[in-house]
Amino acid sequence: MGTSGFLRIALFLLVLAGLAPPLGRYVARVFAGRPCGLDRLLGGAERLIYRLCGVRPDTDMTWTAYAAALLAFNAVGILALYLLLRLQGLFAFGPAPLPGIPPHLAFNAAVSFATNTNWQSYGGEWTLAPLTQMLGLTVQNFVSAATGLAVLAALIRGLVRRGARGLGNFWTDLVRSTLYILLPLSLLLALLLASQGVVQTFSTRVEATLLAPPTGADGSVVATQTLVLGPVASQVAIKQLGTNGGGYFNVNSAHPFENPTPLSGFLEMLAILLVPAALCHTFGHLVRDARQGWAVLAAMALVFLASLAVCVRAEQAGNPRLAALGLDQQASALQPGGNMEGKEVRFGIVDSALWATATTAASNGSVNAMHDSFTPLGGLVPMWLMQLGEVVFGGVGSGLYGVLLFVVVAVFIAGLMVGRTPEYLGKKIGAHEMKMAALGILVPPMVVLTGTAIAAVAPAGVAGLANPGPHGFSEILYAFSSAGNNNGSAFAGLSANTPFYNLALGLAMLFGRYWVAVPALALAGSLAGKGFTPPGAGTLPTHTPLFVALLVGTILLVGALSFLPALALGPIVEHLQMVSAP
Amino acid sequence: MSRRPVSLFDPGLAARAALASLRKLDPRVQARNPVMLVVAVAALLTTGLWIQALAGRGEAPAGFILTVALCLWFTVLFSNFAEAVAEGRGKAQAEALRSQRDRALARRVATPARDDPAPAWVPAATLRRGDLVVVEAGEVIPADGEILAGIASVDESAVTGESAPVIREAGGDRSSVTGGTRVLSDWVVMRVAADPGESFLDRIIGLVEGARRQKTPNEIALQILLAAFTLAFLAVTATLLPFSLHAVRSAGAGSPVTVTALAALLVCLVPTTIGGLLSAIGIAGMDRMLRANVIATSGRAVEAAGDVDVLLLDKTGTITLGNRQATELLPAPGVSEAELADAAQLASLADETPEGRSIVVLAKQRYGLRERHLHEIDARFVPFTAQTRMSGVDVGDRRIRKGAADAVAEWLHGHGSAPSGPVQAMVEEIARRGGTPLVVADRGRVLGVVHLKDIVKGGLRERFAALRRMGIRTVMITGDNRLTAAAIAAEAGVDDFLAEATPEAKLALIREHQTGGRLVAMTGDGTNDAPALAQADVALAMSSGTQAAKEASNMVDLDSNPTKLIETVEIGKQLLMTRGALTTFSIANDVAKYFAILPAAFAVSYPELRALDVMRLASPESAILSALLFNALIIVALIPLALRGVRYRPVGAPSLLRRNLLVYGLGGLAAPFAGIKLIDLALVALDLV
Repeated sequence: MGTSGFLRIALFLLVLAGLAPPLGRYVARVFAGRPCGLDRLLGGAERLIYRLCGVRPDTDMTWTAYAAALLAFNAVGILALYLLLRLQGLFAFGPAPLPGIPPHLAFNAAVSFATNTNWQSYGGEWTLAPLTQMLGLTVQNFVSAATGLAVLAALIRGLVRRGARGLGNFWTDLVRSTLYILLPLSLLLALLLASQGVVQTFSTRVEATLLAPPTGADGSVVATQTLVLGPVASQVAIKQLGTNGGGYFNVNSAHPFENPTPLSGFLEMLAILLVPAALCHTFGHLVRDARQGWAVLAAMALVFLASLAVCVRAEQAGNPRLAALGLDQQASALQPGGNMEGKEVRFGIVDSALWATATTAASNGSVNAMHDSFTPLGGLVPMWLMQLGEVVFGGVGSGLYGVLLFVVVAVFIAGLMVGRTPEYLGKKIGAHEMKMAALGILVPPMVVLTGTAIAAVAPAGVAGLANPGPHGFSEILYAFSSAGNNNGSAFAGLSANTPFYNLALGLAMLFGRYWVAVPALALAGSLAGKGFTPPGAGTLPTHTPLFVALLVGTILLVGALSFLPALALGPIVEHLQMVSAP
Repeated sequence: MSRRPVSLFDPGLAARAALASLRKLDPRVQARNPVMLVVAVAALLTTGLWIQALAGRGEAPAGFILTVALCLWFTVLFSNFAEAVAEGRGKAQAEALRSQRDRALARRVATPARDDPAPAWVPAATLRRGDLVVVEAGEVIPADGEILAGIASVDESAVTGESAPVIREAGGDRSSVTGGTRVLSDWVVMRVAADPGESFLDRIIGLVEGARRQKTPNEIALQILLAAFTLAFLAVTATLLPFSLHAVRSAGAGSPVTVTALAALLVCLVPTTIGGLLSAIGIAGMDRMLRANVIATSGRAVEAAGDVDVLLLDKTGTITLGNRQATELLPAPGVSEAELADAAQLASLADETPEGRSIVVLAKQRYGLRERHLHEIDARFVPFTAQTRMSGVDVGDRRIRKGAADAVAEWLHGHGSAPSGPVQAMVEEIARRGGTPLVVADRGRVLGVVHLKDIVKGGLRERFAALRRMGIRTVMITGDNRLTAAAIAAEAGVDDFLAEATPEAKLALIREHQTGGRLVAMTGDGTNDAPALAQADVALAMSSGTQAAKEASNMVDLDSNPTKLIETVEIGKQLLMTRGALTTFSIANDVAKYFAILPAAFAVSYPELRALDVMRLASPESAILSALLFNALIIVALIPLALRGVRYRPVGAPSLLRRNLLVYGLGGLAAPFAGIKLIDLALVALDLV
């Protein structure tokens, strides 16, 4: 990695750091129901939605009511999407209608998009018609992200309110998050992307005449190629901003129609981390102590930077076995060097590694390179970032509420070590809070490990493997890590479009999403009911570098202890084999 | 009574604890602690595997499986041992408490009159609530109770260590007596306050012995966290078997990991260090309180003490010396200072109370009067009695008396005299400034007034500063007027004060702090303190106080030393810190154990994984045994720390955390690498592997 690589990373982080605070403050206004500017334009629409749906926007919900509304809404969303996918053939129009998809795939895809995972077992443009993508997937892209935002809003209210029963209104949070945060941002990004040449059209195909027609297997000359088009820019905007990640095209953001220019690549990468980073500031703003938000953001940034460094280093170092064969993997003016297998030459090592790190740190899952082709350690980084529970930035809303569960555990242990009943932001952490935080933190790793274990021995699981040895194991582990933590990216070597994987991964996604969201709401409910303990000299401050270090340590230790054995049998042994080969 | 700490490895105690640790293998006992339950189940499982191996169908050599099984059983036993040792120490303390009471005999009577014709002599231990007992001078008070009739001076040094006798009388705040103290003069008729086995002391004995110990809220929260970790590690180790099967199949080499190795890994990973010591830590916390001569009625109270934000401290006895000191002599009109000094000194020569001594000292320092001996000047000392409330001396025809203004006025009245106006004015002026006036008179003539002033105890300023660094505000409570209160508050360095305090005002102050989310601790001894004590989160009653005060409190200080509140706070903090430190240590330990066991378990399939064996252990068997042995032995090694508690320093939360993270976090990461390697070397040296 040369100077330009450093500069690109630095520029990326700088722009991110510059945009996050104002956006964070804006989101805080939206969450708090205060005037945010856009409400003058869209307030009518908001009220109309409430009237149409029969929602009374100022009803305060207890945590159980809030969770029930959330689960009901998501269940309906999953069912609707499932039906749409199954029945897509009925609505087929245009030149190349696509048939409905089989039940297990429809289940997987429906769950995947509703849980903000966007794992794609289907083949993008070749499986789903534009109408399905727009009506089904894009809608879920918005509301699944808005669901994450709603849970976060409720959790923050739980921390801020004193002696209260309610956590706000789920429907209001959902509508306001969509209307005032996700829609305007997506519109803006879609326009910017379209300006860069990301396609946005209702025509579905274009015939292109090839400049150098190749000869087919049967000896005939292939003169033309059918290129799939569609309303891409609008879907790409929300898939990046809402940490969804499900691309319009199968190869996701490596596709030139989805990501045509360096600027479009930069914007899409920025959009992955923008909202999760801004939410840290929202948090600081709403708890009336900006430093609390900075501390969480700092912890996330630290893990992100360290992971990025490992990933870039591993990819740039390339493969020693190829080096032994005399292949030049050195970076030079003519080539990026390093391990370029599975990477788009337009992006090279740094942008591919940066994207891979960002998309797995946040629970985005969009890709611009094949993670399966990364070096063992380079591939370990994205895998481990998911296994940490998608809390390093994480999903929109879900990342921050996930990391707050870790904060509760860190505060608990640290609080004990300073000789006080632990408290966070003036709320005492008791047995119930501990139970909920432990549930939210420990269920995803258990889902990932159990799923991987079943797939590693079940014939149906092993059947999907393209690679033998530790790499095949890594592919299974990656798939379940991605599903169980709602990321959605894949080690593509695994043939996952089978009834077994579609079902198993679909269940993992359900557990990974709601077994964190519901405990987070329960935690919010019990915190809201508590009184406030004013901080004193004996209180552990939670905005200091020391606490940031403790939080990072807790996240890494839980991640390491849960996954070290599995990683040892996957990427670590693969790496050792690679470097120790004669 | 002596409360010498019982040594940890006192042979008798250790033997009893060893026996108790076997008894605690009872599944009902094990089920209380999820972490150790998992270990016990793993131990059973490996024992089963060993029997299977003996039958010739074992997954590994029977000897190896047996060694692992033994290590697991010892892990369970060591944890039981820790609990038993903590309980044993409590029992030893409780025995000391019990025996001093059980030896005494009591004279039971039918009516609350001293001259009951037929008193029955019964063992003190058989007295029941409501029994009436007469206690004469020289006898030991047989039980806690309330005085119904009589007045007596009581030597409470057996309980409090304070040698000066105190007055106990029927009615009012001084009617409570404690079992084990001795009546010096006069007599009392008392009513016993509790049945045998239900007395305060008995409840305490039950608590320190651990028999009736309930888990405290924080302990429950921690146990949930530990159980969650245990579940997660259960998933980690259980899934390793399929992972290993997959590895064997795809590598085409080696054999799947043995269940024995997985059981060993599981026990190494689950937080056994803290899990095994958790209950010992709780018991030891109560025990430390007891050794500080504070009896806590529940573990919850000890825990709450560590959380206190505001300390309400009574001025008298806590902040100032309970005994005021002479600072000034104000002669009556027509009397010289020297004459007053001479009389005041004479009257105080034989007065051994601190006030009396302070007058002699003042006379010597300020007026150059040398100390004289009564027999040299042929004087007769008139001691203080509860009735006259004066003391003094008869020399020739002089009758010098000193005492409270009203007591002296009454005496003067008997001599057909009364204090003059200016003397009255002096008395009022001193009282207004928060001092205590002591009038000195000779027969009918008032000589003047001694000004006794509150003296702030030494070293308090530093303690309050330390409390401030701990994040605890100190509030002085006093009946004095604001002026005096402010002066003393400033001198003592408290953060705030409540002057002219009434019981209602105290209660209101506590409620105000609690509404603000703060935890309030206070001390008290009088019946009128009871409502406030009941309201406070941590209430420390003085053993010398009334029964009502004790019942409203959750702790009783046997020394009746109100500054003890500060120590109870420290003990509470220590308790939480010890839990936190050992949890951190326990979890941090796991990293090294992975490095020992993973290469050992999987190198057969993937030889490259030997690169993870950073400790270069002798063999896979040795690696697994070393990690297991380290895991078991560390429990024993940390028993002293669990019992003693992690040291608390009043340095503020961030520095405490930094220090504990360094010692127990980083230390916990590093220590097992060294420990496991050393055990491995020892095993090889002893030719055991």
